[in-house]
Amino acid sequence: MKTVIGLEIHVQLLTETKAFCSCSANVFEKAPNTMICPVCTGQPGALPTVNKMMIEYAVRTALALNCEIHRFSRFDRKNYFYPDLPKGYQITQYFYPIATNGCLELDVGKERKKVRIRRLHIEEDAGKLMHEGDAITKAHHTLVDMNRCGVPLIEIVTEPDLTSPREARRFLEKLRSILRYLRVSSGDMEKGALRCDANISVVDEKGFSSNRVEVKNMNSFKFVEKALQFEQNRIIQALKSGSNVEKETRGWDLTSKTTVSMRGKEEESDYRYFPEPDIPPVVISDEYIEKIKESLPELPDQKKDRFTRDYGIPELDAEVLTSTRELADFYEECVKIKPKPKEISNWIMTELLREMKNSESEAVPISPRHLVELIELVEAGSVSIKMAKEMFPEIFATKKMPRQIVEERGLKQVNDKDVIEKIIKQAMEQNPKAVRQYRSGKKGVLGYFVGAVMKQTQGMANPQLVNEIARKLLEG
Amino acid sequence: MFRSLTIEDCLSLNREDLAAESAKEIEKMEPVLKSFITVCKDHEFRSGEFAGIPIAVKDNITTKGVKTTCASKILENYVPPYNATVVEKLLLHGFTVVGKTNLDEFAMGSSTERSAFFPTRNPWDPTRVPGGSSGGSAAAVAGGEVVAALGSDTGGSVRQPASLCGVVGFKPTYGLVSRYGLIAFASSLDQIGPITKSVRDAAILMSVISGKDAMDSTTVDKNIDFLKDMENGISGMKFAVPKEVYDYEQLDSGVAVLFDEALKLAEKLGAKIRKVRIPSMKYAVAVYYVIAPAEASSNLARYDGVKYGLRVEEKGLKDMYKRTRREGFGEEVRRRIMLGTFTLSAAYYEAYFNKAQKVRRVLSSELDSVLTENDAILTPTSPITAFKLGEVKDPLTYYLMDIFTAPANLAGLPAISVPYGFSNDLPVGLQIMSRRFHDAKVLRIARSFEKNSPYNSNGRIRLPVVKA
Ligand SMILES: [Zn+2]
Repeated sequence: MKTVIGLEIHVQLLTETKAFCSCSANVFEKAPNTMICPVCTGQPGALPTVNKMMIEYAVRTALALNCEIHRFSRFDRKNYFYPDLPKGYQITQYFYPIATNGCLELDVGKERKKVRIRRLHIEEDAGKLMHEGDAITKAHHTLVDMNRCGVPLIEIVTEPDLTSPREARRFLEKLRSILRYLRVSSGDMEKGALRCDANISVVDEKGFSSNRVEVKNMNSFKFVEKALQFEQNRIIQALKSGSNVEKETRGWDLTSKTTVSMRGKEEESDYRYFPEPDIPPVVISDEYIEKIKESLPELPDQKKDRFTRDYGIPELDAEVLTSTRELADFYEECVKIKPKPKEISNWIMTELLREMKNSESEAVPISPRHLVELIELVEAGSVSIKMAKEMFPEIFATKKMPRQIVEERGLKQVNDKDVIEKIIKQAMEQNPKAVRQYRSGKKGVLGYFVGAVMKQTQGMANPQLVNEIARKLLEG
Repeated sequence: MFRSLTIEDCLSLNREDLAAESAKEIEKMEPVLKSFITVCKDHEFRSGEFAGIPIAVKDNITTKGVKTTCASKILENYVPPYNATVVEKLLLHGFTVVGKTNLDEFAMGSSTERSAFFPTRNPWDPTRVPGGSSGGSAAAVAGGEVVAALGSDTGGSVRQPASLCGVVGFKPTYGLVSRYGLIAFASSLDQIGPITKSVRDAAILMSVISGKDAMDSTTVDKNIDFLKDMENGISGMKFAVPKEVYDYEQLDSGVAVLFDEALKLAEKLGAKIRKVRIPSMKYAVAVYYVIAPAEASSNLARYDGVKYGLRVEEKGLKDMYKRTRREGFGEEVRRRIMLGTFTLSAAYYEAYFNKAQKVRRVLSSELDSVLTENDAILTPTSPITAFKLGEVKDPLTYYLMDIFTAPANLAGLPAISVPYGFSNDLPVGLQIMSRRFHDAKVLRIARSFEKNSPYNSNGRIRLPVVKA
C-alpha cells in the first residue's frame, strides 16, 4: 500500500496593513468589526489597492521555496456568496499566480527528499462567522466579524509527493520554520496563521488507487498527523475489504478523534473566475527579484549544513539548533564567545530547550553570556556539572548571572585540599575495616569515602579532587 | 439669469446666493423634470476657486452622510460612510453639491426609465426621456436646475443623455478620473465625466476631478492642461468617419443630415474628412453586452442583505439572499446579472467572456490605428433623438443605441458629445473620439464645433424653455 498526500496551505502574512486597504492586518483577538474600512467591508464604490509589502513577502517566500517567480501576474475574482465575504467575491490569483514550480527539501531518514510545490499565489482572507448557540444547524442567528476580511494570505499548493502522515507533518513544520526565518508569518497553526487542508489517497499493491479524500479542520501539527493517520487507516480498511471510500471532504473532529464527512456528494462549485478589473497586473522586474534574493536570510537547511561543517556537531544537533532563527543565532553567539561548539550544543539541546518547553517560551529569554559564564564556572571547577544543571532553571527564570546565583546560594565548590583531607582522615579513623578492605584490593570501597565527603560538604566538594585525595590517602 | 449660467459665467458673479438660486429652480422644475433623487437642503459655503457654484452629482457616486441609492431599492436607504474622490475634489475647490440625480438603476439603461423610483423627463419635451443612464444629471443641467453635473459613462451613459438633452457630455480616457466612490457597474468600462452647458466648462471640471488617486489603482499620473489649446481651432486636422455609421439601418434621417452638416462645417474650418472602415465596430455592442454584464454580475454580488441596504427576511441564508435580490433589483438589473453569471460560468467562459475580451482587443487596435493617422473619429452620439417615455420596450433596441458610444469605453478612449443642431425640435449630438490621453484635443475639437455651429448663438449652446 502506498499513501499519496498533497497539501494546500494558507499562510497569513505579517504585513502591517491588509492586502488591499490601509487597515491594520494585526486583527487577532481584536473586538469584532473594529479593524475595518469601506474597502475591506465591500462598501459600494470602494476599490482595492495592492499592498506592496504583501507582494514582497510573497516573493520572499516563493524564492525560499525555490519557485519560479513570474514577471507578470494578475489578480482574479473568485465569485461566491457567503456572509463572511462582503464583496461577494474573493480577490485571488487564479489564472496567473505570482510563482509556480518550487520545491522544499525534507530529510527522510538519511535521504533528502524533494517535495514539489505546484504554485504559490496571493489572496485575501474572509471574515469570521459566530453562530449563536452550539451548532451551526441549531443557531438562531449568526454574527459576522469582518476584522479578518482582507488580511493577506499566500496559498501554497504541493504536488502529491508526501507519502505518510508523519511526512506531511514534517513538511509543515519545515515550512513553518522557513516562514519564521523569513519573518513573513508567525506560522502559528493554533491562531490560524497557518492553515492546512490535505488531499489523501492510497494505492494498493495492484496499483488500484482509492478515491481522493480532502481533509480539513486540522489546526495543529499534531492534528494534521492524527487526522491523516485516521484517514489513511480508514482508506486502507476500505481497500482491504474490496471497497472504496467516497470522494468527499472530511473534517477532523476533536471530540471523537475521527474525521467526519463535511459536505457529502455536492457538485463542484463554479466560482466564475475572471480577471479583477480594479487592479492592474503585477509586473515584477529582474532587479526587484535580485534585490529580494540578496536580502534573504540563510535558511534552515543552509544553516544546518554550515553548522555540521563549521562546528563539527552531529547532524541531529544542527537540525535542532537551526529549528528557529533565534535559537541558531543564540548558539552562534555562544560559540563566538566560547569556542566549545559541542559542549554549548549539549547545554542548549538539554537544559535550555527543556526550560523553553516547560515555560512554553518561543523566544530564548537568556543571553549567550549566561550560558558561557555557567560553562566557564564548571571549567574552572567552581561548580560541579551537577550543580550547574541544578542552577539552570533559576538562571532561565530569573535571568540572574550564574556567578551571582553561586554567591547567593553559597554554592561555591569546595576545592580546599585540607578540608577534604581532614574529612577523609576522620572517616578512615571511624571505619578502619573499610580501609583494610580497600587495601586488600576491594577498590569499590572508595565510593564510601567519597560519599562521606559529599555528605559533609553537602555535595559541594569537587568530585575529581575528592577521588584523587581519597585514593592517595587510602593507598597510604 | 441663473438657468443659463455656466461655471465660467459664475466666476465673475457674487456666488453667495447661487446655491439658493439653484434651490429655487429645483423647487420650480422638479415637479416636471424629476431630475433628483435627493436634494440637499443645508449647504455649507466653501472657499475655493469655484466657491458656491451649485453642481449635481449622479446618485451612483458616494456622498458621505447623504443617501446614495443607484436608483435601486436595494440601496434605497444606503448612506455611505465616505465621499467619492471626485466629490472630495469638488468640495475642495468650493463647489456646492446641491443634490443627487436620477439614473437607470445601477446605471444600466439609456432612458432613466429604469430608475426604481421614477423616470426623469427631457427638458426639451417632458413627454420624452432624457436618455440615460445619467439622465438626471443631463436634465438638471439642460433644465437649468444646476450649473453643471457629474455623470458616469460605461457604454455612453454621459454622452447619450447629453446628446438627447442638448448639452455637453464628456467621457475622459479610462484612468484619468478616479472611480473611488463610483458604485461599480462594469469596472473596466466605468468612467466619471462632466455634463455641462459649455465645452470650456467640461474642461474646467476635468481639471478639478482628474488626477492620479491612491485609492484607485487604475488611475494614471498625467498632467493634462485641458484648457490651454481650447480656442486653437481645427484647421489642418484630419477626421475619420467610419463608413459603418451609414450602414446602420436605425440611423434617424434627421440625425444623418445634421451629422453631414457638421462634417461640412469641419471642412469649412480647415479640417479633412476621411471615410474609413472599422470592421469590428459592428461587434462593439455584442462585446459590450458580454463584458459589462459579466463584470456587473460580480460587482453587484455584494448586495446580499447581510451588511447594508435592503434585506428581506427569510428562514435560512439562501432564501434570504434570493428574496432580497429578487425584490431589491429591478428587471433589467436582474437580466444583466443572469447574463453575466452565465457568460462567466466555467462552461461558457471561453466561448463568451474570453472571446469578447479578444474582440475587444481587436476593436481597440483597429481604433488605435485609425487614430494614429487621424486626429479624431467623428460619429453621431446617438442614432436617434429623444423618444417618448414607454416607447421603447424591447431590451435589444435599447442595447443597440450604444452602437456609437460603446467603442470608446471598450478601448478606454476619450469621447465627447457636443450639441449640433435639432431634428424635429429635438437636440442632436456629435461625438468626437480620440486617442488615449488626448482628452484636451477632444475638447478643443468640440469647442470648435460649439463656437462655429450655426445652431448656437455666440458660441453658446441653446437651452430649452421648460414650462413649469
Ligand atoms: Zn480595511
